[in-house]
Amino acid sequence: MNRPYLKPMGMRKTRQIQDFIFWIILSIFLVFFLFIFFWMFVSSFKPNLLIVSDPPVWFFIPTLAHYGEVFARNPFARYLFNSLTIAVSSVGLSLVVGLPAAYSIAKYKQDGLALALLVVRMLPGITFLVPLFIVYKRLGLLDTHAGIVITHILTVLPLIMWVMIGFFEDVPSELLDAALIDGCSQLGTMIRVMIPLSLPGITAVAILSFISSWNNFIFVLILGGSKTMTLPLAVYNFLTYGQVNWGALCAAATVVTLPVLLLALVVQRFLAGGLTMGAIKG
Amino acid sequence: MQQKAGPNSDQTGQTSDSSPEPPFESGGARQEDQKPRYAPSGGLLGRAFALIDRNLAYVLPAPAAIVILLLMGYPFFYTVSLSLQRVNVTMTRFTFVGAENLLEVLTADARFLSAFWITLYFTVASLMLELVLAMIMALVMNRTFRGLGVIRTLFLLPLVATPTATSVIWLIMMEPSIGILNYFLEAVGLPPSLWVAGERSVVPSLVWINTWHGVPFVMLILLAGLRSLPTEPFEAARIDGASKLQEFFLITLPLLKGAIVVAMLFRAIDTLKVFDAIWIMTAGGPGRRSETLHIYSYLTAFEFYDLGYGSAVILVFMVIILVISAVLIRLRQRAWL
Repeated sequence: MNRPYLKPMGMRKTRQIQDFIFWIILSIFLVFFLFIFFWMFVSSFKPNLLIVSDPPVWFFIPTLAHYGEVFARNPFARYLFNSLTIAVSSVGLSLVVGLPAAYSIAKYKQDGLALALLVVRMLPGITFLVPLFIVYKRLGLLDTHAGIVITHILTVLPLIMWVMIGFFEDVPSELLDAALIDGCSQLGTMIRVMIPLSLPGITAVAILSFISSWNNFIFVLILGGSKTMTLPLAVYNFLTYGQVNWGALCAAATVVTLPVLLLALVVQRFLAGGLTMGAIKG
Repeated sequence: MQQKAGPNSDQTGQTSDSSPEPPFESGGARQEDQKPRYAPSGGLLGRAFALIDRNLAYVLPAPAAIVILLLMGYPFFYTVSLSLQRVNVTMTRFTFVGAENLLEVLTADARFLSAFWITLYFTVASLMLELVLAMIMALVMNRTFRGLGVIRTLFLLPLVATPTATSVIWLIMMEPSIGILNYFLEAVGLPPSLWVAGERSVVPSLVWINTWHGVPFVMLILLAGLRSLPTEPFEAARIDGASKLQEFFLITLPLLKGAIVVAMLFRAIDTLKVFDAIWIMTAGGPGRRSETLHIYSYLTAFEFYDLGYGSAVILVFMVIILVISAVLIRLRQRAWL
């Protein structure tokens, strides 16, 4: 190993073998972790008769019947719209409220606030749901978009703040000092220097929290209803009501998951950093 | 806790950064120096702006603090007060009963106790499995190769995919008679399993699903940790003739301790809270074999509509999460010292 010049040819050979083994192991991991998505996707195009066949059928003529069932016989387009508006508004509102607060916690080292935030992040949503249920019932907020958006802020806001604190702390303070010396106000420093510099982080956290809101199930299960039905709840209802139609179930699951998976692939550059940043910095 | 918006006392000593001093610490001439030089030339608007600008440490976090207090602080205290009451199903009569609910949860509720042990089993098993798998994967991936970014993202998909949807697909794949997992088991000569339908196999099946979901996160953190390790100890070990195994257990593992504890902390918090997958796949069954604390909390409050007792269960559940997290946080501080 230490004297490669002694036998260069042999070295290259072992190197190639190592690479080969590495890719084999990696492929096994990938198949292991991603098979479920492949199976979901394939089954959503499989004719119903073949879905329940044993042994499983791998080659078949694809059908769009399940997607037809999902979109024509159920208002899935409306569920999609609900999911989208709820996620976008809760993320938007949380960004407006959360970014200045995260900046302040990072800049003025308000560790007490950070600790409170950590506690909030640890608690399960159900901790707040009984009182919210009672209050919502009295105020008539059950099964309203506003009501669901408010609860989604519960999970999205702490997430945004937590990740952004870490991100803001990483921006060198010399840049801010320079702006101050040049006569910029404190507020101006934040808006004109810090926010633009942190745009990649903000994008990452916005996407992360969009996904978290999109995936949320328990809030709408308890506080939602037919008017605010989001995609995850619709998929769940597919499972529980009426006869179970596996093909349609797979199609519905694909409709819910695909936007998230595509989003993850498109923004992969930001994603890994965003997911771990909150954890590592913390 | 949240309403204390000002800088903390531990900041007193820091005068090097450019932040404005808190009003109660008059820094004398130095503070004059640090005043931003936009110099509002009088006028009500200018003075208001200056006031905001000088107290930014209070103004900026205020909206978030109000939202958090309103949405989380208030419900929290409401839950505490509800746990001291008996509430009828129609939510029309609230009777104060003192600590009766809490005492019953802690001393006389066999169902709660069983949920506690199931939650603990589920969490510990998940964390162990995740750590081992993630460590193997991180060690394999700790090299430079083409396509690292894409492959890392592919591994992240289980983490971001909608749990409701993936749970449904797992349910289909784990179907005992025609599910594909049993087909695979039989193909390699293993006996088929009942998966989530079996009393003994339900928690291991759920552990596997939770592991599948959590491994990518742990792997990312361990990989970041591996990549930031210093090279000198490894060179020294190689010169001393250490084997690969010795290298791993005597150098890599101790150096990674911090990253491991962080990953476990975040996964422990998430795993204690798992609801979607369990609710969708088993709803706590068969029997009550997969009834975790979160499922039991949900059932008491929102299926039986026993809001008083449900609040007591939720409160104890919450304290358990906080205690476990606090222990792990202590451990992490220790690991990094």
